[in-house]
Amino acid sequence: MKLYRIMAIIERDMRKFFRSPTLMVSSMVFPLMQLVVLGYAFGGKIQGVKVALVDEDRSSEARKVRELFAGIESGPKTFRTVEYGSVGDAVMDLRAGFVRAVVHIPADYSMRVYQKNRPRIAFVIDNTDNFMSSALQERVAQAVAQLNAPDVEPRLKRQIDLQVVEVYPYIEYVKYLLSGSITMSIFVVAMIGGGIVFIDDKARGLHEGYLVTPIHKTELVLGLSFAGALKGLMAGTVLAIIGGLIAGIPRIWDPVRLLYLLVVLAVASLAMLSFMFLVMVRVDDPLVPRAIFGVLNTLLFFPSGAIYPVEGFPWWLRWISAIDPFTYAVHALKNLLLKNTGFEGIYLDVLVLLGFSLIQISACIALFKRQL
Amino acid sequence: MNAIEVESLTKRFGKLTAVDAVSFTVPDGEVFGLLGPNGAGKTTLIRMLTTLTPPSGGAARVAGHDVVREPDAVRHSLGVIPQALTSDPELTAMENMLIHAKLFGVPGGERERLSRELLESVGLENFSDALVRTYSGGMRRRLEIARGLVHSPRILFLDEPTTGLDPVSRANVWEMIRKLQARTRLTILLTTHYMDEADKLCERIAIVDHGKLVALDTPARLKDSVPGTNIVEAEFEDAPANWMEELRGLPQVAEVTQRDILAHMASHDGPQTVAALMELARQRGVKVKTVTVQNTTLDDVFLHYTGRQLRDATRSGGPGFDISHLYK
Repeated sequence: MKLYRIMAIIERDMRKFFRSPTLMVSSMVFPLMQLVVLGYAFGGKIQGVKVALVDEDRSSEARKVRELFAGIESGPKTFRTVEYGSVGDAVMDLRAGFVRAVVHIPADYSMRVYQKNRPRIAFVIDNTDNFMSSALQERVAQAVAQLNAPDVEPRLKRQIDLQVVEVYPYIEYVKYLLSGSITMSIFVVAMIGGGIVFIDDKARGLHEGYLVTPIHKTELVLGLSFAGALKGLMAGTVLAIIGGLIAGIPRIWDPVRLLYLLVVLAVASLAMLSFMFLVMVRVDDPLVPRAIFGVLNTLLFFPSGAIYPVEGFPWWLRWISAIDPFTYAVHALKNLLLKNTGFEGIYLDVLVLLGFSLIQISACIALFKRQL
Repeated sequence: MNAIEVESLTKRFGKLTAVDAVSFTVPDGEVFGLLGPNGAGKTTLIRMLTTLTPPSGGAARVAGHDVVREPDAVRHSLGVIPQALTSDPELTAMENMLIHAKLFGVPGGERERLSRELLESVGLENFSDALVRTYSGGMRRRLEIARGLVHSPRILFLDEPTTGLDPVSRANVWEMIRKLQARTRLTILLTTHYMDEADKLCERIAIVDHGKLVALDTPARLKDSVPGTNIVEAEFEDAPANWMEELRGLPQVAEVTQRDILAHMASHDGPQTVAALMELARQRGVKVKTVTVQNTTLDDVFLHYTGRQLRDATRSGGPGFDISHLYK
């Protein structure tokens, strides 16, 4: 194996990369757009939902309930109530989508309160939208809990207060998503630079020009992988900085963290590139990488924990997540960007990604066809 | 010493035998041509000799090294210009040259100088910093020939070097190959399906058809092996039934065959045969629509040995060849 031949392959790839800005631009635009659009589409708190209020009781007890709701309306603004005369009308409007929930205070509410006979308030909810209904439910449950708090403290207090301590400052969704977007930019480079361009060069016959030289397949695979990883590292670094500024990551220029970022981005790029080469090593048809772009994107990005925690996955998706290089890249980047953990937060991920690269590159070399 | 020794080399793809027990040797410094139509097995043969395809049987030694057992040594001593254009369009000519020089381990001090010299020798010195994307097909082919020489190989393989080029570019490439060979006495093996190309460039020609080698000799001797020195072709109107018989009686005519609408006469003296032909036609009241005379070409040789014409080959350059009837 000769280093100068590996260097020649890397040089060729890098010259082509800098000559055609399309790859550079597309590897940035898609992930950045995703970051901004998804980040702000998912991240916001739910506000101003229209909720129907049907008060059939109209007593002083019912007024307490209504006051609480008015408090939410003027405080967190999760919803605003609209008075309805009958439950039937309100539910009809709920089905039609004019209101998203109905609060029904039945006529016997205050009587049951005085009789201590389990007074009930009905909360009819449009559960076709999980996010919305759980946000509303949470608010209303809080309000009801407040009502349940006894007016006079009992002599022995058995209620437990759960004290929540947040270790890090509040993380907006756009920050949570940033790690995924950085990894996505590496994926786009791997997909276009490692997949599409590689197969196109093969189809255009350019590979034959290199196969007639004394280059070994190990040198060719290593050269192409390192060149691809270098491109991924560049795209990932630019995205980490631009994305970090957009998402408002504090102290983005912290030099120690930048160094760790470079390490993670480099191994993540190598793992992603070699993964792509392994998928493409025996492919000749230029349509194949284009056709499986979406499949790979879905299979790698979504199970990685970039947009939703892995702990919420069914077992089979957890398995995909475990063998997905994206998962480890996202985990390490989250540790660095959201918590600034330092090396102890990333070294396991770095090792796993290096392991992936080693296995994938070895498999590529074994499967690569030196002959036509 | 022999540059190339091929013995019973065979390549099978499933049931198809692409190259069928081909044997030949090429001495050092010779320009050797493999002539045959598309699909004859020329490219497969070259790919076996350049280590790009493993043979199914037989053996080949190139520059003294076995192509199966010592592929590395073979690759070091060869310059290969494949049929497909393989230079990188996104790089400049100079970058293409330098990267190849690096892959061959040409020392750093010489790479630049050698590349410049070679680009100059193929007439691209003024375009060395232009992207290959902007090149014409002929320029690209010339660049690739220069690139194939960057490590000073002993043997150059050219697979259909002028296919797809316009006549001017073809002539340029021929000129270049001739000059190069005259200067360096490089051994060259080229494949072509153009008769005129094989005739102009090669010292010896192997005719390949259906994977088999059907004839091997110098162009002159191959032509001599065909009856007659001229070919007279004519098209007639109102020809009587025994017209072909009458044509066989013309002076100097060695052989008469009907090819499509043309009567094809191999003659030892074309002009004399034509004069007699016109006289005979006048006497019999037969109208001569076209008549052409030309020297025997390798096309006729190919026809003689394979019983088929090179349908995809043009016969440009033959004197007085008239193709106007094809467009009527």
